[in-house]
Amino acid sequence: MNKLIITVATVAAISLAPAMANKKATETTPDEDLKAYQDYFLKRFNNEVPLNDFQNGVYAVDKVSRENWEAIEEFPPYEPFIDEGEEMWNTPFANGKSYKDCFPDGPALRGKYPYWDADRKMVMTLPLALNECREANGEKPLKYKKGPIASLLAYIGYESRGQVTNVTVPEGDADALAAYDAGKNFYFARRGQLNFSCAHCHFESSGMNVRSDVLSPALGHTTGWPVYRSKWGELGTLHRRFDGCNRQVRAKAFPAQGEEYRNLEYFLTHMSNGIEYNGPSARK
Amino acid sequence: MSSMKVKAKEKDGIVEVKALIKHPMETGQRKDKKTGKPIPAHFVQQVIVEHGGKTRVSADWSGGVSKNPLLFVKFKGGAKGEMVKVSWTDNQGGSDSAEEAIS
Amino acid sequence: MQTDIKRRVFLKGSVASGAVAAAVGAGLLTPQMVLAEWNKAAFESKTVEDAVKNLGLEGGEESADINIKAPDIAENGAVVPVTVDVSMDGVENIAFIVKENPSPLVATFSMGEGGVPFARTNIKMGKTSDVIAMVTAGGKTYMAKKEVKVTIGGCGG
Repeated sequence: MNKLIITVATVAAISLAPAMANKKATETTPDEDLKAYQDYFLKRFNNEVPLNDFQNGVYAVDKVSRENWEAIEEFPPYEPFIDEGEEMWNTPFANGKSYKDCFPDGPALRGKYPYWDADRKMVMTLPLALNECREANGEKPLKYKKGPIASLLAYIGYESRGQVTNVTVPEGDADALAAYDAGKNFYFARRGQLNFSCAHCHFESSGMNVRSDVLSPALGHTTGWPVYRSKWGELGTLHRRFDGCNRQVRAKAFPAQGEEYRNLEYFLTHMSNGIEYNGPSARK
Repeated sequence: MSSMKVKAKEKDGIVEVKALIKHPMETGQRKDKKTGKPIPAHFVQQVIVEHGGKTRVSADWSGGVSKNPLLFVKFKGGAKGEMVKVSWTDNQGGSDSAEEAIS
Repeated sequence: MQTDIKRRVFLKGSVASGAVAAAVGAGLLTPQMVLAEWNKAAFESKTVEDAVKNLGLEGGEESADINIKAPDIAENGAVVPVTVDVSMDGVENIAFIVKENPSPLVATFSMGEGGVPFARTNIKMGKTSDVIAMVTAGGKTYMAKKEVKVTIGGCGG
């Protein structure tokens, strides 16, 4: 029934996820988590999916949906938005300055985020940094889930393709570790009326079906943003998807770019260290 | 920035024209979730592909074509550097066009 | 000059039939280009039979020269990639028809001078259905079909 390229490995691998969650957050280091997390998924898919291929989500593990995706990628629906984003990047603000003044290294920025800002004691993400640039120059901040921010992120994502995920939790920084752990606990905590954690679907049931949808593995979840979802008929950001996923299990969604989702993004992106960024991308 | 992204590529004497049009393609069947009122039909009705003063291919569509529609058609007789023009009109009187050189 | 007039009249989209008729009469529009009128009756037909009739077509001999490329299972019924490629001479029109859609006729493609009988677009499908390609060539009508399964997603799909 499952038209998977890969049949999903069971038993030994599955025990890892609860093990990660049940341990007190301070018992395993981010490095240890990273190894356990990635080994889990490599084994789950029988070592037939190379690490970097997880950047394509469900399409790395399901043949049927991959066929649809390949047809759609022949003329990717996100392309016009890359152009829009480029225009935004190159258009000066009312005060004459532009994004280039905030980010002199240019639009290939994706690989720098998210990171722990030790001075401000918070996780800094790319959309947040872009809006802080706007506000510092007298411009209104953009909404975080869709619209112009997504187009700008599409341009930045496109220019950054090939950069490798490398999120670090600075050693000895207890606050950074606390933020990382908050993200990790969020990921493994049950929530909502359906009482699922992110891990229930994206670890234990990854590669398996929810009706006719194949659940994508958590590994690689952060590389392809922003995403043109056929369902949305437009681009959306990572935090838009967090919001949607929380609502789908009938849980309260948190504000986009609020502390909860930024910490979640910090943890989640760290877990994809070593995988190339490939935004923007298309999904159903 | 137009509503369209057009690519025209010549390969073995055949010009491949791909156009992506930003358009809601509403069928008129959907209802607004908040008000319950029907969302009026708003979709691209015709797309024409012109080159060398001729219409090479034309398409007539309904709301049954997906949102932000894609058009991919081919014609013979174009050479690199020549211009291809793609124009669309919709059922509400909207229209747009874009030109692209064949690469 | 004459070309410009042809273009301008055509580009107006829904041209009143009076103007079109006058233009044809004056030799400014060749009959082939009088597809300017969007075929409301065909596009609003509720059955395949009515759509075919309103397109002015008769018959529809199955032909292996019509190749329909579409996924066996659509990942998302709102965006189903469909390509029709015809290896026949003298193709005039290709129509995309989705049998189970409330309005089965989704798109028609007309070949102008040099037009290659090939068309790809993404269509909406409400449920599992035959996707039918009807092709007119040399005054005759041919068809091919392919079933595309549309399933209900589970994840807010």
